Amino acid sequence: MRIHPWSLLPGVLLLVLAGCSTTPRQGADGAAVDGATGTPGGGAGAEVSTAGIDGEDARYAGPWEDPANPLSKRVIYFGYDNAEIAPEYVALIRTHARYLGTHPQVRVTLEGHTDERGTREYNLALSDQRADSVRRVMLAEGVRADQLEVIGYGEERPASPGQSESSWRLNRRVVIEY
Amino acid sequence: MTRSISSLLILCAFLAVLLPGTALARLNIEITGGVEAAQPIAVVPFGFAGGGSASVDPGAVIAADLARTGRFAPMPTRDMLDQPTSHEEVDLRDWRLLDMNNLVIGQVVREGARYRISFILYDVFRGERLAGATLTATAAGLRNAAHRIADQIHETLTGIPGVAATRIAYISATGRGENARVTLQVADADGYNPQVIVSSTEPIMSPAWSPDGRRIAYVSFESRRPAIYVQELASGRRERVASYPGINSSPAFSPDGRRLAMTLSKDGNPEIYVLDLDSRALTRLTDHFAIDTEPAWSPDGSHLVFTSGRGGNPQIYRVPASGGAVSRVSFEGDYNASPVYAPDGRSIAMARRINGAFRIALLDVERGFSRLLSRGPLDESPSFAPNSSMVIYATTHGGRAVLAAAAVDGGANQRLTQGTDQVREPAWSPMVQ
Repeated sequence: MRIHPWSLLPGVLLLVLAGCSTTPRQGADGAAVDGATGTPGGGAGAEVSTAGIDGEDARYAGPWEDPANPLSKRVIYFGYDNAEIAPEYVALIRTHARYLGTHPQVRVTLEGHTDERGTREYNLALSDQRADSVRRVMLAEGVRADQLEVIGYGEERPASPGQSESSWRLNRRVVIEY
Repeated sequence: MTRSISSLLILCAFLAVLLPGTALARLNIEITGGVEAAQPIAVVPFGFAGGGSASVDPGAVIAADLARTGRFAPMPTRDMLDQPTSHEEVDLRDWRLLDMNNLVIGQVVREGARYRISFILYDVFRGERLAGATLTATAAGLRNAAHRIADQIHETLTGIPGVAATRIAYISATGRGENARVTLQVADADGYNPQVIVSSTEPIMSPAWSPDGRRIAYVSFESRRPAIYVQELASGRRERVASYPGINSSPAFSPDGRRLAMTLSKDGNPEIYVLDLDSRALTRLTDHFAIDTEPAWSPDGSHLVFTSGRGGNPQIYRVPASGGAVSRVSFEGDYNASPVYAPDGRSIAMARRINGAFRIALLDVERGFSRLLSRGPLDESPSFAPNSSMVIYATTHGGRAVLAAAAVDGGANQRLTQGTDQVREPAWSPMVQ
């Protein structure tokens, strides 16, 4: 029986979670953090802390992780202050759309980014539009909407830190994350 | 169980952990230009009585506060002929010889754990006492007492309230990739007393003050996608007020503090919305296929200005607070964004691209002309001091993100740095009551 890589994800996630449980925690409501010293309930009871086990399971690599596979090309670059997809990237997006069409259980996140020029909030919106442009092409190619998630990161996560066009052109991008 | 899992998820995946008590480098403020027209003033080191010694000389704090405004040139203490600390010791003839317009003296008296701080402001040539008062504070409040005195002196001499007792919020970032850490900090206007109010491994953006100065709204990516939070400063308690699909960004409190303007793309495209913080009713103000973002309220709350790409490139537009017809506000330059109204309503500051460089421009709302406050090339995020006298903004210096402030009347310029951290997105607080 072939085990799909994603079926292993919950196990990995639980291990990661368990390994974290001794660090200071934050309430789900986001209230001020109790810090590492907090005694539950604030009473004079015993101090309890739990520890998890380390380790990570192996998993099967997705085809997008194979450099020889066309799915490994997962970055679409954009012109300055522009969210339109250049013609040379249409084939790349279609390749992913076809794969997603035949693998309806697979979901991807479309991460939009900009270079550092311009204001941060406008860039956040621009990165969202870039990712949405890729999404719309994929939908037109028959990908189901629930397989696609769009996230704009604006200029907050540059791929290259430099302050010239050689870095900026690498930063104006949408990354297809499986 | 569900709750503990979700707590763990927040903990592990997002690591948005507050770090109380962490020692931080203060913001270092360097005056970089423009003091020709400054008034000469002498602020004498304050006297101290009551045992022990004061950790802070209010006189030095006041002198630095006044110098930062660009309107005053405090006399170096080494040039003073004498250093009176009470009215009886003052001989105004000495200060006339030194061409001082004004003199400030004062003293600190320790009473147990508290201090009484009193001062007198003189007009040297008329021989008049212009102002005087006594404040009380704990040791931790001594600097704040000095800031309040500086503000009273500023208002007495210029007719304009001072802003020394206000604060600045900003984003500070260190490291890259796995080691990236982003914090939202709040420091006093003189850069002292910086405190982390949120810390995360994921981006934090867009701090915005409530009009009473007690809450800050911001955008955090800690749940992987941007969401808007409102956090109470005193308690650290916070609430997530917007986490719709798509972007949730650019929060801006209405002047009455009851509504929050924001950008949401939940309906497919970035548009401006207003959230009523009590009823949670959401009103959509814009509807266009281009980007609409960066809303900012007019001081009277009647309308908002915002950035839109609807004309082909980003420009500033305005829309009534209740929705309605959109009209264009900016016409110079091929990129205008991130508008913010001066609290006096007379001007709008924005980031403008000219010849490829982004600079802070100031648009006169009545007369329609504008001028440039900064040199660029990557300046953004302007924010007004609550007395409308200065604009603080983000810039670069030596390849590093730093803050700068410029007087609206063209006087003082300052650079604000914090160790080797990248500092950006400054937001000047309202007047602190």
